Amino acid sequence: MELKISIARKALRNASGQTRVVLHDVVFSLRQGEICALLGPSGCGKTTLLRIISGLDSDFEGRVLLPSPHKIGMVFQEPRLLPWRSVAENLRLVGASSENDLADIAAALHLSKHLDHFPGELSLGLARRVAIARAFAVKPDLLLLDEPFVSLDAALAACLGRELLALVLKRKATTLIVTHDVDEAISLAGRVIILSAAPGRLIADLTIETPRGALTAARAAKMKDAILSAMANPSS
Amino acid sequence: MLVLLWQLGSRIAATGTLPAPLAVLSVVGAEARTGVLFVNLAITLARVAASFVLAMVLGTALGVAMGRNKTVDRLCDPLLIVLLNLPALVVIVLAYIWVGLNEAAAIAAVVLNKLPNTAVTLREGTRALDKNLDEMARVFSLPFGTKVRHVVLPQLAPYFAAAMRSGLSLVWKIVLVVELLGRSNGVGFEIGIAFQLFDVTRLLAYALPFVGLMLVIETLIVQPVEQHVSRWRPPHGA
Ligand SMILES: Nc1ncnc2c1ncn2[C@@H]1O[C@H](COP(=O)(O)OP(=O)(O)OP(=O)(O)O)[C@@H](O)[C@H]1O
Ligand SMILES: [Mg+2]
Repeated sequence: MELKISIARKALRNASGQTRVVLHDVVFSLRQGEICALLGPSGCGKTTLLRIISGLDSDFEGRVLLPSPHKIGMVFQEPRLLPWRSVAENLRLVGASSENDLADIAAALHLSKHLDHFPGELSLGLARRVAIARAFAVKPDLLLLDEPFVSLDAALAACLGRELLALVLKRKATTLIVTHDVDEAISLAGRVIILSAAPGRLIADLTIETPRGALTAARAAKMKDAILSAMANPSS
Repeated sequence: MLVLLWQLGSRIAATGTLPAPLAVLSVVGAEARTGVLFVNLAITLARVAASFVLAMVLGTALGVAMGRNKTVDRLCDPLLIVLLNLPALVVIVLAYIWVGLNEAAAIAAVVLNKLPNTAVTLREGTRALDKNLDEMARVFSLPFGTKVRHVVLPQLAPYFAAAMRSGLSLVWKIVLVVELLGRSNGVGFEIGIAFQLFDVTRLLAYALPFVGLMLVIETLIVQPVEQHVSRWRPPHGA
């Protein structure tokens, strides 16, 4: 699914009534099936951008174009599971239609043993995996992931990253994934978009030409340098 | 233990003010044999049930509407405050005067006494609904019915249970007063007769079985329902 984003300005009002610009001049579009990483310092408006794209926040200047109909799968920064429903029911409710799908997704995310548990009985890392599973379960054509692998150990994060890639490639879902981890961004995404410190502005839009998997250590290191230097000199 | 104290008290107290347990029991037996006791219990129970259900349904609807919509809240809030502070007796007498000495007035009076409390509790519950989960339901475009059943109702259930719990005892206490003032049957009416005759034995013979019945309903229905709605909570609270 193709995604066109052009946000001229997004302001938020804080508790004391002042408005503050959190995003301005964020313009980019994603091709169908493209995996894009969104990087930027804390508080620069990444979550706000995902909320705008998902339609939760429509109070901004600019426009977001999504073809309709579309199905969004989202992983919020917090798991946001229904505490009164078991893991399996949490997955079923959003639309994991067949039990086969459910079992597949649970297996892919190493959740099979936990399907009968309630969210209150899970560790944070497990709950995050359930949230990822839920986003996959809806068979999305647009996947929005807000720091999905944070608080998971490195090995598991890498493993889930591979699962994510497999699922995205299979479903051709357009994917936007917020992360703080430059290495993770390079290993997962075909494209990296970088926002400046608040108020967030698009400062770099890098495409990783090399096909995934063929990325040599040297090229990955060069890419990392490019990203880090873009983040260090937002003006250039 | 309670019965022993009662027996002791009836010995000390002047005759007529506190009858012995056995005396009360024999009146209960006599009233039960003629069937009058059961008829009166059933009538009162039916009134309790009808007004309880009505007060819960209407109060919940009003409370949810007020919690969701600021305009409705502003319009209905003064009314709620008046109703909350109006003595039950005033509501009952006014209902009988305005509607007439009939069943509808009796039920309406009880409902009006309970409704504000239910509405306030459910309004609180509606305001406390988790915005994050609501957003989750929107992004995943859950159908309305699914959202109500799996996202909203589980959050309102504890408030509903609380309203139910405080509601049942309030309703049956008020039903007795309503019956005393303007009905010609029911436990409250019989207690009124006993009062006129200064017959404490007869009064207790009606009051105690009824209180017992309400306690049984409370433990057999209200408490299990309350436990059922909070079963997903981990046992240690939190
Ligand atoms: N509801 C809100 N009301 C007012 N200001 C807000 C609100 N939510 C976020 N902000 C502000 O908007 C800015 C962007 O927030 P956002 O959550 O999008 O940042 P972020 O890039 O996701 O940060 P992080 O990496 O820490 O998650 C922040 O400065 C934050 O203080
Ligand atoms: Mg964020």
